[in-house]
Amino acid sequence: MPTEGVTKIPKDQMETIIATDCGSTTTKAILIEKRDGEYRLVVRGEAPTTVEAPFEDVTMGVRNAVTEVEELSGKTFLEAEGIITPRESDTRGADIYLSTSSAGGGLQMMVAGVVKTMTAESAERAALGAGAIVMDAISVDDGRMPHQKISRIRQLRPDMILLSGGVDGGTITHVSQIAELIAAADPRPRLGIGFRLPVIFAGNKDARGHVNQTLGEMLDLRIVDNIRPVLEEEVLEPAREEIHNLFMEHVMAQAPGYNKLMEWTDAPIMPTPGAVGLGIQNVAKQYKMEVIGVDIGGATTDIFSVFAGTFNRTVSANLGMSYSICNVLLETGLDNISRWLPMNVSEEDLRSRIRNKMIRPTTIPQSLEDLVIEQALAREALRLAFEHHKTLATGLKGIRQARDMGDTFDQKMSGGSLVNMMTLGMVLGSGGVLSHAPRRVQSALMMLDAFQPHGITRLAVDSIFMMPQLGVLATVHPEASAEVFDRDCLVRLGSSVSPVPQEGVKVDNLRGTTAAKVTMAMPDGTERVETVEFGEIKLIELEEGQVAQAHIEPGRRWDVGEGVGRPVDAELEGGVVGIIIDGRGRPVVLEPEAADRQKQIAGWIESLDLYPADALAKYISEGQAV
Amino acid sequence: MAHAYTPGLKVSSREIVRKIRRLPIKGDVFPEVGDMVQPHDIVARTEIPGDPASVNISQLMTVEPYELPDVVLVKPGDQVEKGQVIARKVSFFGLFKSEQMSPVDGVVEMVSEVSGQMVLREPPTPLDVEAYVEGIVRRVLPGEGVVIETAGAFIQGIFGIGGERRGEIKVVASSPDEQISASDIDESCAGKIVMIGSLATSEIIRRAEEVGVLGLIAGGIVDHDLIEYLGYDIGVAITGHEDIPLTLIITEGFGPMRIADKTFDLFKELEGRTASINGATQIRAGVMRPEIICPDPDLVAELKDAPDSIDTEEEEDAGGLGIGTPIRIIREPHFGALAEVTGLPPELQMIESEAHVRVLSARLVDGTEVTVPRANVEIIEG
Repeated sequence: MPTEGVTKIPKDQMETIIATDCGSTTTKAILIEKRDGEYRLVVRGEAPTTVEAPFEDVTMGVRNAVTEVEELSGKTFLEAEGIITPRESDTRGADIYLSTSSAGGGLQMMVAGVVKTMTAESAERAALGAGAIVMDAISVDDGRMPHQKISRIRQLRPDMILLSGGVDGGTITHVSQIAELIAAADPRPRLGIGFRLPVIFAGNKDARGHVNQTLGEMLDLRIVDNIRPVLEEEVLEPAREEIHNLFMEHVMAQAPGYNKLMEWTDAPIMPTPGAVGLGIQNVAKQYKMEVIGVDIGGATTDIFSVFAGTFNRTVSANLGMSYSICNVLLETGLDNISRWLPMNVSEEDLRSRIRNKMIRPTTIPQSLEDLVIEQALAREALRLAFEHHKTLATGLKGIRQARDMGDTFDQKMSGGSLVNMMTLGMVLGSGGVLSHAPRRVQSALMMLDAFQPHGITRLAVDSIFMMPQLGVLATVHPEASAEVFDRDCLVRLGSSVSPVPQEGVKVDNLRGTTAAKVTMAMPDGTERVETVEFGEIKLIELEEGQVAQAHIEPGRRWDVGEGVGRPVDAELEGGVVGIIIDGRGRPVVLEPEAADRQKQIAGWIESLDLYPADALAKYISEGQAV
Repeated sequence: MAHAYTPGLKVSSREIVRKIRRLPIKGDVFPEVGDMVQPHDIVARTEIPGDPASVNISQLMTVEPYELPDVVLVKPGDQVEKGQVIARKVSFFGLFKSEQMSPVDGVVEMVSEVSGQMVLREPPTPLDVEAYVEGIVRRVLPGEGVVIETAGAFIQGIFGIGGERRGEIKVVASSPDEQISASDIDESCAGKIVMIGSLATSEIIRRAEEVGVLGLIAGGIVDHDLIEYLGYDIGVAITGHEDIPLTLIITEGFGPMRIADKTFDLFKELEGRTASINGATQIRAGVMRPEIICPDPDLVAELKDAPDSIDTEEEEDAGGLGIGTPIRIIREPHFGALAEVTGLPPELQMIESEAHVRVLSARLVDGTEVTVPRANVEIIEG
């Protein structure tokens, strides 16, 4: 969605920027100003979102959040007609006002294609990348009978449908069949009773006539370029752009107060996850590395990744820390949650706590025990969401691979995962449980346990979750967005060094071995040598902005990126946590017996100074008494 | 933020309640503004289009899609009956014949020469929306439904399952913390909404189902009892559509929970009166909590002469927290305890989990003073 140049003020004259994100519960406003030649976050304000009854006007929440910004900055940004743009003086008005939105359930889509792993999957990627929640993906071969597909389409009330299928010039029979099933279902939009549901057709161009004849009258049909013009190519941009257009025209126009908000903003309102996705892609470019971004919320967990230059986003719609916390329990099981706890908690107690969090989603852990349990749940929610992400962040499936002699002995299946944990450069976390953990090292370990990166990886969190605003800002002023991201958004936790055991080596053969010896030239001129045995995790303090030159020698059966047993020289970036050397194996090896495992976890907690020791000891001894 | 605390659930003996009664798709709306309605009055009606059935003629009869006109015997708009021959293929000079029958009664909607499939649509089904509560129609949403206003007792639960039901209130528990047993549910509970005390077990729910109880109200439920009764687990808090013969409403939370005295006393007061209940719970955008509405006929009658307050009424502020505000603690370590606010320090304080949050101090019923994050209390409203 390139919008550079559409604003009233030239980019180089923008000095005051107001941006809001209207989330499902909170509307967050930020003020960015150019000071001494640099764009910086000045203040932020927040207020409850007002899309729902009794207010039913999103601009009330925006006004309240911006009022807080006014109070904190001592400047005026609001007038009766909305946000004052362009700026009238140094203390009145902003040069530009931008917004993102996920209020009212965000953008909910159904996608359809002919073959599940091909066009339907491409349609799913297009919708997810545009910031949608995909409610279902229908395809000819999805295993459901036609009547089941029809009744499913009827039952869903999406904001829009993306229909793909067939390569250009190929048969139109199957994609026509899907279009006819959609027509038979006569689907209704989620918002606006009586409105025609928007459908984007991004399939075989030869089928346009028939699709138009089938759906044109009953639905609001838009036709864009084929998502898979040939099997070997995926072209997602035209479909994504149309999704954004329809999001503005249709979804936003139906949501309470958005017509007014659209008049206030100087660039189109973006779906929040779409803006975060743009932000993550910019991070990958800015730091020239492969990146995983995660946003764990109350209802959903979004994972973004850029590997080998390809951006992917998945949303696990029912994995979250409050509204859908019971679904985390349901999907992973109680044992997988308990395995991260250093103490005994009875099954009934644990279940009741999780259920009570679901029904009272705004409460926060007061006791340390509650915090430890909540962070165990976060590990599992993140892990499951990442598993889901790996299944969709793949190369194109079902295509013929170009082969030469060199490939003869390396016949990889098409459609393999793009996610490579060894080349991964940074994990960037956001969402309350990661951004607001009482100790930053807790966020670092949650991400290490959930994603289990290999080799050297930077760890960071978004300080106040301003990625959405910075994403939409990047569409009009990429440099300002990058500067604020680097200086005010990114909290650098530090780096992890995670040696990986040689494939096929049994755990018993790893016991007693050295995972890695790390020799670091510290910024103060001293040298520090740390040896980490299998099963250990160590923390070395290295402040934010500092770098240590490291020589890492993996053990005989371990790899840190250059192959088994081969040393690596690297710069390790410090942070508010420091350098974590993780010798726990990949996947992390947990003791099978509960008592042994609890001791093991307690040991890691102590090594990293993860929780206040006295309070934790009390819960561990209470649990043992039980 | 203006409202850092949970606003709390309504427990009130005298409340004006508005219910939007809306069709899922456009249809006819019957009452007019100012009409008085009874719970079972039909206020709106529509026809849900019949289920479509798709028959892939091309595949079933091994013909190319463009050959459909040669074999299909019906055309769009034709009425067909289940078992009626809708396509016939004759080959080898009449020696071989294959036929395709209609799988449903309905109308031919489409015959596609591109995909080779035929779509038949079953007759539409009428859908009625009842008033659900007695009251006055305050708004007509043209083609969609009505807004009905009623007055009387209004109690919100924290979690529920099962949909709308209506019956007489009966209180079986003798105190707010009593755990009754299944045998306490007898024939006298049939057709009623029964308050059973602090805990609903799967045994009690099954017994209630046998007897023909319409609704159960309890302080708490243990999670595995809920799973055992439903036969599946609830992952996301969106309920109300369960296929069960009764509605269950939990007022406090999961685990055995003493019902707040105010709630229990109100139920005692309402015993013998008729209430409309709904277990539907949605804890996301557009929060919906289960409810018990017990209209008071005298107050409802007064509504007829009262001015329409929808446009003029400001959203009632929950009043906010103040010294002396009665609260309920809704998270460990004092979960479920009732208390009174004794202090509201403005500055952030560090709690045991080391988070820096706004807190309040409160005196529990037993006199103990505690400090709790403001996010972990709800005001007992009414």
